[in-house]
Amino acid sequence: MADQETPVLRETPLADLHRELGGRMVPFAGYAMPVQYPAGIMAEHLHCRARAALFDVSHMGQAELMGVGGAAAMEALTPADVLGLKPHRQRYALLTGDAGGILDDFMVTNLPTPEGTDRLFLIVNAANKDADFDRIAAHLPPGLRLQRREDRALLALQGPEAVAAIADHAPGVAALTFMGVAETTLFGVHAIISRSGYTGEDGVEISIPGERAEEVARALLKLDGVLPAGLGARDSLRLEAGLCLHGNDIDATTNPVEAGLVWSIGKRRRTEWNFAGAAVVRDALANGPKRLRVGLRPEGRQPARAHSVIQAADGVPVGEVTSGGFGPSVNAPVAMGYVISDYAADGTALEILVRGKALPCRVAAMPFQPHRYAR
Amino acid sequence: MAETRYSKDHEWVRLEGDTATVGITDHAQNALGDVVFVELPEVGREVATGEACAVVESVKAASDVYAPLAGKIVEVNAGLADNPGLINSEPTAGGWFFRIEVADSTEFAALLDEAAYQRVVESEA
Repeated sequence: MADQETPVLRETPLADLHRELGGRMVPFAGYAMPVQYPAGIMAEHLHCRARAALFDVSHMGQAELMGVGGAAAMEALTPADVLGLKPHRQRYALLTGDAGGILDDFMVTNLPTPEGTDRLFLIVNAANKDADFDRIAAHLPPGLRLQRREDRALLALQGPEAVAAIADHAPGVAALTFMGVAETTLFGVHAIISRSGYTGEDGVEISIPGERAEEVARALLKLDGVLPAGLGARDSLRLEAGLCLHGNDIDATTNPVEAGLVWSIGKRRRTEWNFAGAAVVRDALANGPKRLRVGLRPEGRQPARAHSVIQAADGVPVGEVTSGGFGPSVNAPVAMGYVISDYAADGTALEILVRGKALPCRVAAMPFQPHRYAR
Repeated sequence: MAETRYSKDHEWVRLEGDTATVGITDHAQNALGDVVFVELPEVGREVATGEACAVVESVKAASDVYAPLAGKIVEVNAGLADNPGLINSEPTAGGWFFRIEVADSTEFAALLDEAAYQRVVESEA
């Protein structure tokens, strides 16, 4: 008798390549994904900041919203300015619930089809993709169609040398600025390439047909300066960059104001208040949130992990760590979490309880590692 | 020559006289990845067999290290504070964790020999 359920894990089109490269496969959001390769998380992380790292993020959800009026329909579900998104531009957006919580965060691109018809290209988190796409599909007026693209793989090539490495193989990509998107080819394969990512570095995310993904990934790995990196480095890179992980730092119980993501709410949207959960968000903005997401820098070398209690110097609990680890580039432990707003000012001395001991830390501005986007 | 034995929790133990030196195996350090911090027990602490008495932190996670034998902690590897990477680079030499004055040396004989430990590693693969 099995003492626990062993769910069958899904694989991405690159599963064989990961194993060939010595990837250590772990379950993540229902998929078997490489957490690291033999080089290790530290080396993969530092290589991404120095040159270029290739990540497989094909587990994420991709979909196209086809038809006239897609942007207006999406604005019912997100506080982002989707109507104002120019063609071939991408934006970070939140999918809010009716109670103002963050159901997911996602990327939306205004990507007219080559024939010139209206299309929004959406990328959502792997763990939420079924729920997200069901919610979006259920809210569409007649004439609009949400087409999931499970047939497409998603790669991220991140680092200061990423764009130069593919410039000769992907027409139009070198000319993109941060959050610009091109529908082009990469090594002759159809590709939707955005100049964006989840590491704080310059770089691209590449949507390609799944059946061509291994061929493209192998070609990318042959480029000078490109090495594979796993989800472990992806997590330490995004944490240093101060970027939220949905399910850890933001979720259905956190609203955009306390999460410090008001910048993702369009200016016009803050006059209309016509997105899901708008009343709650409006109230938090008007009256100030009770708690705030902050960066935390523990003293010394000891990391503080997610779910650790944060307390004031007098021992009174004031919050909880939501992401924490060791930042290889910062060369010190870094964390983020929520604290009662009175304790959220940069420099505030607090303590994190780690295995029963109070670890001194300070509230610190994020990102911990400066962003280096091609603006 | 001192004999080395192993626990099923992936510690190695080297007994010299009644003092056991303890560290984690090469297999364990490889599974953990880059070690960034170690929390070691206080010298003088009495530990029971199987008691969690040290913590090793990699970039991604924290893991307990257990006392493979009962006794008193008589020395810890102070060099790990400044250079925890020794646990990755030389797990069975400079990367040792602590020394225990063993209460009952017959406990040592009950630990795994190298062949038995290899079978544990293979069974977990």
